[in-house]
Amino acid sequence: MKHLRQLEDQSVYILREAYKHFNHLAMLWSMGKDSTVLLWLARKAFFGHVPFPLLHVDTSYKIPAMIEYRDRIAREWRLNLVVGQNKEALAAGMNHTLGRDVCCTALKTNAMKNLVEERGYTGIILGVRADEDSTRAKERYFSPRDKHGDWDFRDQPPELWDQFKTTFPPGTHIRIHPLLDWTEINIWEYIKHENIPFMDLYLDRGDGTRYRSLGCAPCTMPIKSTAKTVDEIIVELRKSTVAERAGRAQDAGRGMEMLRKKGYM
Amino acid sequence: MTQHDQTKPQESLNIVIVGHVDHGKSTLVGRLYADTGSLPEGKLEKVQAICRQQGKEFEYAFLFDAFLEEQEQGITIDTARTFFIWNGRQYIIIDAPGHKEFLKNMISGAARAEAALLLIDALEGVREQSKKHGYLLSLLGVTQFAVVVNKMDLVGYRQDVFDGIEKEYREFLGQFRAVPQQMIPVSAKMGDNIAVRSGNMNWYQGPTVLDTLALFKKEQVRSEQPLRFPLQDVYKFDARRILAGRITAGRLKVGDQLVFSPSNKTAVVQSIEGFNVDPPPAEAQAGQSVGITLDEQIFVERGEIASHRDSVPLVSTAVRVNLFWMGRRPLEKGRKYVLRLATREVPCEVAVIHRIIDTADLAQLQESQSVARNQVAELTLRVKSPLAFDLSSSFESTGRFVLVDEYDISGGGIITELVHDEQEGLREEARQREYAWLTGDVRSEDRALQYGHRAAIVLFTGSAQTGKTFLARRVEALLVADSRHAYLLEGENLLQGLDADLSAADPSFASERVRRYGEVARLLIDTGLIVVSTSKTFGINYQRMAEMIRTLVQPAPVIAVHMSRAGEEPPPNTDLHFAGPQDFDAAARQILEELKKRGVLIQPSGTKTHIQYSI
Ligand SMILES: Nc1nc2c(ncn2[C@@H]2O[C@H](COP(=O)(O)OP(=O)(O)OP(=O)(O)O)[C@@H](O)[C@H]2O)c(=O)[nH]1
Ligand SMILES: [Mg+2]
Repeated sequence: MKHLRQLEDQSVYILREAYKHFNHLAMLWSMGKDSTVLLWLARKAFFGHVPFPLLHVDTSYKIPAMIEYRDRIAREWRLNLVVGQNKEALAAGMNHTLGRDVCCTALKTNAMKNLVEERGYTGIILGVRADEDSTRAKERYFSPRDKHGDWDFRDQPPELWDQFKTTFPPGTHIRIHPLLDWTEINIWEYIKHENIPFMDLYLDRGDGTRYRSLGCAPCTMPIKSTAKTVDEIIVELRKSTVAERAGRAQDAGRGMEMLRKKGYM
Repeated sequence: MTQHDQTKPQESLNIVIVGHVDHGKSTLVGRLYADTGSLPEGKLEKVQAICRQQGKEFEYAFLFDAFLEEQEQGITIDTARTFFIWNGRQYIIIDAPGHKEFLKNMISGAARAEAALLLIDALEGVREQSKKHGYLLSLLGVTQFAVVVNKMDLVGYRQDVFDGIEKEYREFLGQFRAVPQQMIPVSAKMGDNIAVRSGNMNWYQGPTVLDTLALFKKEQVRSEQPLRFPLQDVYKFDARRILAGRITAGRLKVGDQLVFSPSNKTAVVQSIEGFNVDPPPAEAQAGQSVGITLDEQIFVERGEIASHRDSVPLVSTAVRVNLFWMGRRPLEKGRKYVLRLATREVPCEVAVIHRIIDTADLAQLQESQSVARNQVAELTLRVKSPLAFDLSSSFESTGRFVLVDEYDISGGGIITELVHDEQEGLREEARQREYAWLTGDVRSEDRALQYGHRAAIVLFTGSAQTGKTFLARRVEALLVADSRHAYLLEGENLLQGLDADLSAADPSFASERVRRYGEVARLLIDTGLIVVSTSKTFGINYQRMAEMIRTLVQPAPVIAVHMSRAGEEPPPNTDLHFAGPQDFDAAARQILEELKKRGVLIQPSGTKTHIQYSI
């Protein structure tokens, strides 16, 4: 498991740099496999402690089991959990039938921006991976966002030799991506290796389907699969040539590119 | 074609693709993925559909040039990380842009690579960025690379064209002793010699691009080097005080004695800590992010480099470097920058610009007063306080650095030489003395807890008649009145005793007096005192004197107070500056505040006193 150890070492280094340089730091936790691995890596980096709050952007359309899992883990690991929600948009009836981009922007991007602004976070740690889609492939480990939370991908800062962008003008913030070099298979290998608790929605529970990626209930479809254990997931992924986010509606056409320029995670 | 590789990879290798704009880098990457069956299902079809829709010819490059702007202009703007598995190895392929406008992106990609493919267009031949990228690879420490001569279809797959390019480019690389592992003729567009051997170039017997990837080696020697462990942070989340960091070279074991540079503090590794590792490791090696505890609570801070005693890093305040500049504005003498080396950050300035390196013609010597964006230069840099480092020829991670201009990382470079500074002799004296220093059972933090403060020195500088002595006396009195252990060390007092054997006629009279003064101060500091110095000027420049004392008392906290007549600039490293006539009581109180701020005076917090270990 040498390559897993290398990935872990790099992610831990990044997390420690983030903790050292940002006084107002938070980590986004969606309870999915990636951000849960990220959370675990924080416990690795800080020897069992998680010295910053975890943000959950709750769209209200999440699968109910996710909320149960969230609250249980938060209790067991003594997490400082902060839940953000775009109540205004929800009160006005926002949902995916009004357009997926519109809905994602309102309930996720804007909810997160509000949370960041309200609490004054200057560093947000996210579990984004380069192999998820081709815009994430172009991310930096430390990626600045302007006053509006937008991503200027045309002019990203240089990043070399583990020297990251940790200084920035007031009003802007930095997104930190410790999982950039991890692939979907690496995530599962690590979950197995470390025995990290994860939601059983990722497994086939008898109906021949499982979730490969978890988002909002209306916009995430399970895939056909009979994988009932992590090992079986890994075997299945090695054979598969289907993109991971094929079950996620946002990724059609240029959807993800547009969303991410506007600050989507 | 072989289907998607299912074997479990044992290791992962980062490869960067570089070369002049439009020479076919992205096309090669796209082709490599397509021909090895590594593309996700439907990806090729999706891109083909988009091309059809927009009435454009399909380009393999569009597979990774994901942004609308990139596809519209047919150019790569930023690097993309992509993954593929082949023959038991996972490759992270970093497709870099070739346009000179995006050099900083190419550098970001190349800096994390373990090997590189450098593309040259057979029709266009060796161009400006072909050379610059070749040179930068070497500067960035990417020594494993292959040269790929692309678009052979456009020159009728002729061997003489290939041979001409090979000769020209090898000559260029030879000037800085870089040697490619392979020179491969290919056509990325047609798929010749990418994943399959071409039938169009039977004159070429060497490996394909895919074969070449497999020939690149995973570097493993770093753990056989002497230990380098740059301290990243000190944690006190629970009862343990953990020193965290990533080992950049060598190994570290429980029981090892470590030396921290530049402070020269030493301690023994008591444990290697971990989370969810059972049993805890007894040893760790290069590449690993670890946490250790020490047998003694020494004051060390982020940025210091731990090593074993038999192979310590170099220390100086000046270094000669090769640097490439990516800043929005030119690098200039006189401007303040921050140098970051491993985890150390220190203010710095350009002392000398020796020359600008013209990567198109390395023999050219160009003098200049500044270094423009995308230029490479040889410089001498001067840092504000002693820096521990290595030469890049012997250690990778601790031999390179970046420069930060305001908010931005704007330059990167490698250290080629140590530049000797005045303090070298004293620094070595201090180092040897610290190694040999014997202590009793009372540790410095025991003293600190008992006394209510850490040891430190308040160092007054300034020309004569500015009130230094007067203020120093106030500070001593105020500290003692506050039940702190302070002592005014008057330089004159040594003259009749300790310095009695010195002759004023000796040219080294003044500097020897400063040296002895510094050693006495060091001794008093070790007793746990706050030393208030009124060293006057000993007949030498006060700035030089202060630096000598600093070197000798290091790593004790130095609170530098400068007194001047109105309108004078304080020397570098000044913590507090008082100009002109003063309210001395207010000034003394301000110095005490500074001592609190620096964690020297311990603030009672509740019932438990708390010592701040790292500043
Ligand atoms: N005839 C021919 N054309 C090629 C070949 N390889 C690439 N091209 C064409 O050259 C053009 C540039 O290719 P890219 O792959 O975008 O070049 P690049 O090096 O990635 O360019 P930048 O990333 O912008 O520096 C495209 O139109 C390709 O179709 C080849 O082997 N033969
Ligand atoms: Mg390209």
